[in-house]
Amino acid sequence: MSVASTVPASIDLAALRERFPALRQQVHGRPLVYLDNAATTQRPDVVIRATVDFYEKDNANVHRGVHTLSQRATRDFEEARQTVRAFVDAAHDAEILFTKGCTEAINLVAATWGRTMLREGDEILLSTMEHHANIVPWQLVAEMTGATIRPIPIDDRGQIDLSAYGSMLTERVKLVGIVHVSNSIGTINPVAEITAMAHRVGARVMIDGAQALAHQKVSVRDLDVDFYAMSGHKVYGPTGIGALYGKRDLLEAMPPYQAGGDMIRTVTFEKTTFNDLPNRFEPGTPNIAGAIGWAAALNFVDRMGIDAIGRHEQTLTRYAQHRLSEIDGLRLVGTADDKAGIVAFSLEGIHPHDIGTVLDRNGVAIRAGHHCTMPLMQRFGLPATVRASFAMYTSEAEIDALVAAVQQAKEILG
Amino acid sequence: MNDALRELYQEVILDHGKKPRNFRPLEQATHCAEGHNPLCGDCVTVQVIVEDGVVREATFQGSGCAISTASASLMTEAIQGKSVEEAMALFDEFRAAVVENRESDDLGKLEVLLGVKEFPVRVKCATLAWHTLQAAIQGEGVASTE
Repeated sequence: MSVASTVPASIDLAALRERFPALRQQVHGRPLVYLDNAATTQRPDVVIRATVDFYEKDNANVHRGVHTLSQRATRDFEEARQTVRAFVDAAHDAEILFTKGCTEAINLVAATWGRTMLREGDEILLSTMEHHANIVPWQLVAEMTGATIRPIPIDDRGQIDLSAYGSMLTERVKLVGIVHVSNSIGTINPVAEITAMAHRVGARVMIDGAQALAHQKVSVRDLDVDFYAMSGHKVYGPTGIGALYGKRDLLEAMPPYQAGGDMIRTVTFEKTTFNDLPNRFEPGTPNIAGAIGWAAALNFVDRMGIDAIGRHEQTLTRYAQHRLSEIDGLRLVGTADDKAGIVAFSLEGIHPHDIGTVLDRNGVAIRAGHHCTMPLMQRFGLPATVRASFAMYTSEAEIDALVAAVQQAKEILG
Repeated sequence: MNDALRELYQEVILDHGKKPRNFRPLEQATHCAEGHNPLCGDCVTVQVIVEDGVVREATFQGSGCAISTASASLMTEAIQGKSVEEAMALFDEFRAAVVENRESDDLGKLEVLLGVKEFPVRVKCATLAWHTLQAAIQGEGVASTE
C-alpha cells in the first residue's frame, strides 16, 4: 500500500475550504480541525444561501396555494426531490419520500412494510455493525409481529462474513438490514452482492445509506436495493431533512405511516382515501427549506465530482491509518479492504473520552464513544473508540494535527 | 502544553485512574447501585457496607474514563468511616464545587478533581460515582447522570 501524500489535482483544497464558513474559526486558540464529519458535515455557502433565499424570497407552503409564492415553493421543493432522485439514480420521483432523516426513513419502513409483512417465525437479518437506528426499529416490529432478529457476524477487520450470511439465508428470512458504510469503522459493505443473495430467497433489503452518499456514487438501481435511507446533513445539507428511497411497487402496497393533511385525497368522517406517492407518506408541512438546501448540497457535490471526493478521502484514510499506526500502543479498529473516510482507534490504557478532551483543547474535533453501535463495540471488546472522519475539505495537514494531538494525549495521559 | 489539561489530568488523578483503589466486588455489601453515563457509555457499580449508620467499607467496579475512575476511587477512600450523613454532605459539597463553582475548603483529597470545572462536558464523569452512591444509599439500585 502506497502512502500518497498528494491530493488529487481535481480538488483545490484552499479554495474549497473558503466555501465552508464554519471551518474558518479557532477553538481554544487553535485553528479548528474538524474531523467529526461522520456525525455531521459542515455546510458550504451555497447551502446556507439557498436556505436563506427561500425564507427571504419564496417562503410559502407547498402543494396548496394558487398564489405565486406557493407555486415557487412547490416548484423548488419538487425540484429538490428530482435532485435527490437523480443523485441516487432512482427511476421515479415518486420513489423518493422526504423524511426528517435516515432514522425516520428506517422507522417508516419498519412501521409500515414491517408491520404488515412480517409474521411469527419470520427472520430479520441485521449486520453486527448496524447503527442502533437500523436495529431498534426492527426490534420494536419484531416484538409486535413475533419475527426474530439474527445478527450477521463480521470478521476481525470489520467485514461482513459473507459465507456465514449465505448460510443464514433461508426462506424464513424476510428482511436483511445493512449499513452501506459503517459509521463507526468506515467499512464499505458489498451491498449489491448482499442484496442479490437476499433476493434469491425472496427477502427484501433495507440499506442505511447515511454515511455512503458523501463518499461514493450510489445507484439504487444498480444496487437493486428495495429500500435506501438517506440523511441530508451527512452530505453537506441541513439537519432535519432526509429521504427514503423505496421501489415503487413496494411503496404502493404499504399502508400510511403518519396521517394528516396532504397525504389524503378525500376525507369524510366515514372514510378517507389516500393520496398517491410520494405525498401519501408526507403528511403535514414538510421541511421545505431543508429539502431546498439539501438539493443545493447535492448539486455542490456533483460539481466537485463524487469520484474525486472519494479518491481524496481514500488517500486521507490511508495516510491517517499509516501515521496513526506508527504510534506505540495504538490499535486501529476496522481495517477492511474497502473503506470510506473513517478511521477508528483505541490507545492502550487510555480511555477514548480522555483522548477526546485533549484533542478538543488542540482544536481537533473527533468523536469518542460507542457511536451508536454498541453491538459492534462488543464484538471488538471495547467500550468505546476514538473516531476521526473526513470530508471533501479535509487536508493532510489536519491529519498531521490529529496525530500530534494524539501524541500529546499519550504524553499527558500515558 | 495546555495548563487546563495539566490541571485536569494531575498525577493523583492519573494514578487513581490507572490503579483504582477499592476496585473489587464487595460480597457483604448492604447497599449497591449501578450508575450509567449515557453520554459516553461509562458504567460503575458502587457497593458499600453500612453499619450503625456508618460506611464501613466502599468498593466500586466498572469501566470509564480517567476522570470517572479516579473520582470513584477517591470517593471510596473518602467516605470510608464517615457516617452516611457525612458522606452525603461531602457529595453536596463536591457537587457544589464542580457544578456550581462554589468555593470549598472541606474537600480534602477530592480537591484534585476541581480541574474538571474548566471542562463542562466532563463534570458528569466526576459525579457519576457519587450519584451512584446516593442511589445505593437510597435503595434505588440505578443511577444516571442524565
